[in-house]
Amino acid sequence: MQKLCHQVGIAILALFLAGCTKTEQPAQHFSTVDITNSPWGKGFRLTDHHGAERRLEDFKGKAVVVFFGYTNCPDMCPMTMHKLAMAMEGLGQEAQQVQVIFVTLDPKRDTPSILRQYVPAFHPTFLGMYADEHTTDATAKEFKVFYKHQTPDTSGFYTVDHMGPSYVFDPQGRLRLFISHEHPVDAIVQDLRTLLKG
Amino acid sequence: MKRFATAATILVFLVPSASTMAASPKPATQAAPSGYDSPVITDAWARATVPGQPVGAGYMKITSHTTVVLEAAVSDVAKEVQVHNMHMHEGVMQMRKHGQLELPAGKTVELAPGGMHLMLLGLKKPLKVGEEVSMTLTFTDKQGTKTSTVVILPVRPIGQ
Repeated sequence: MQKLCHQVGIAILALFLAGCTKTEQPAQHFSTVDITNSPWGKGFRLTDHHGAERRLEDFKGKAVVVFFGYTNCPDMCPMTMHKLAMAMEGLGQEAQQVQVIFVTLDPKRDTPSILRQYVPAFHPTFLGMYADEHTTDATAKEFKVFYKHQTPDTSGFYTVDHMGPSYVFDPQGRLRLFISHEHPVDAIVQDLRTLLKG
Repeated sequence: MKRFATAATILVFLVPSASTMAASPKPATQAAPSGYDSPVITDAWARATVPGQPVGAGYMKITSHTTVVLEAAVSDVAKEVQVHNMHMHEGVMQMRKHGQLELPAGKTVELAPGGMHLMLLGLKKPLKVGEEVSMTLTFTDKQGTKTSTVVILPVRPIGQ
């Protein structure tokens, strides 16, 4: 009985120490915007460019970077995709623990066939994702991404006004970071490393 | 004497003008068959694109000695070329067709990333780094006289 009490005592002490260790862990510092505990951006349910239905939960264990854009965007979208690809290069081996997702805000023109060419051209592991217009709208709202399709011109071409942030989930599937177009590659690499360390 | 003074004035005006031209970067234009001096175009380039990307963007600096408008731009690599203007408004990226681009006499108009650009719509194939895009720009002055200029835009990497 004394031995049992001793063991329980050690277990309680271990739990107490574990708790102390956790509370003493230094707060994580980020160069991009820390949006931990935001009540929105809980997840998504979209189709990837291979035709498979994907949810945020499918990527548990990886940091997930989600960027909203459209392929008829000549400037900011390819620049952001390129920047995220550079971040993957900067991460080296750790890039295997990161999934970058491009969500189209223009599913009418960005067909799976277009996304299959466009998205992996920046980095072979990147996934393009799409949904019908209703789900695209709901997903953008969930992430507070404003977008608006403009009226087509005589040739049928139209642009899409949109916000250009990328969002980062940690490997536990919690929304953590907001990356704007102004954040440099180094900041993204550093913050992803911090998230992966946990 | 008056005639001499006028001639001297013209000479004074022309000499610095000629030296300025010599010091400026090599124009990206080729032939310029026209009734007036064709606008001088420098620093022309296009950004590389990836497969599946339907659009591209071209940038340059244009200086015209006479007030003209850019009436049309065509290129073999795209179905259509339009002048677009892009700007950020409260975090939202907005891109609009600019319409006719006016080039006031003597003023350099810059088409640059994040602002005005020549939008290449319906790209026929991806633009690869190291390749060149040929574009014909047609300008019209106030009298309606047209001049066409061929511009060569070297393709630069996406990150630029």
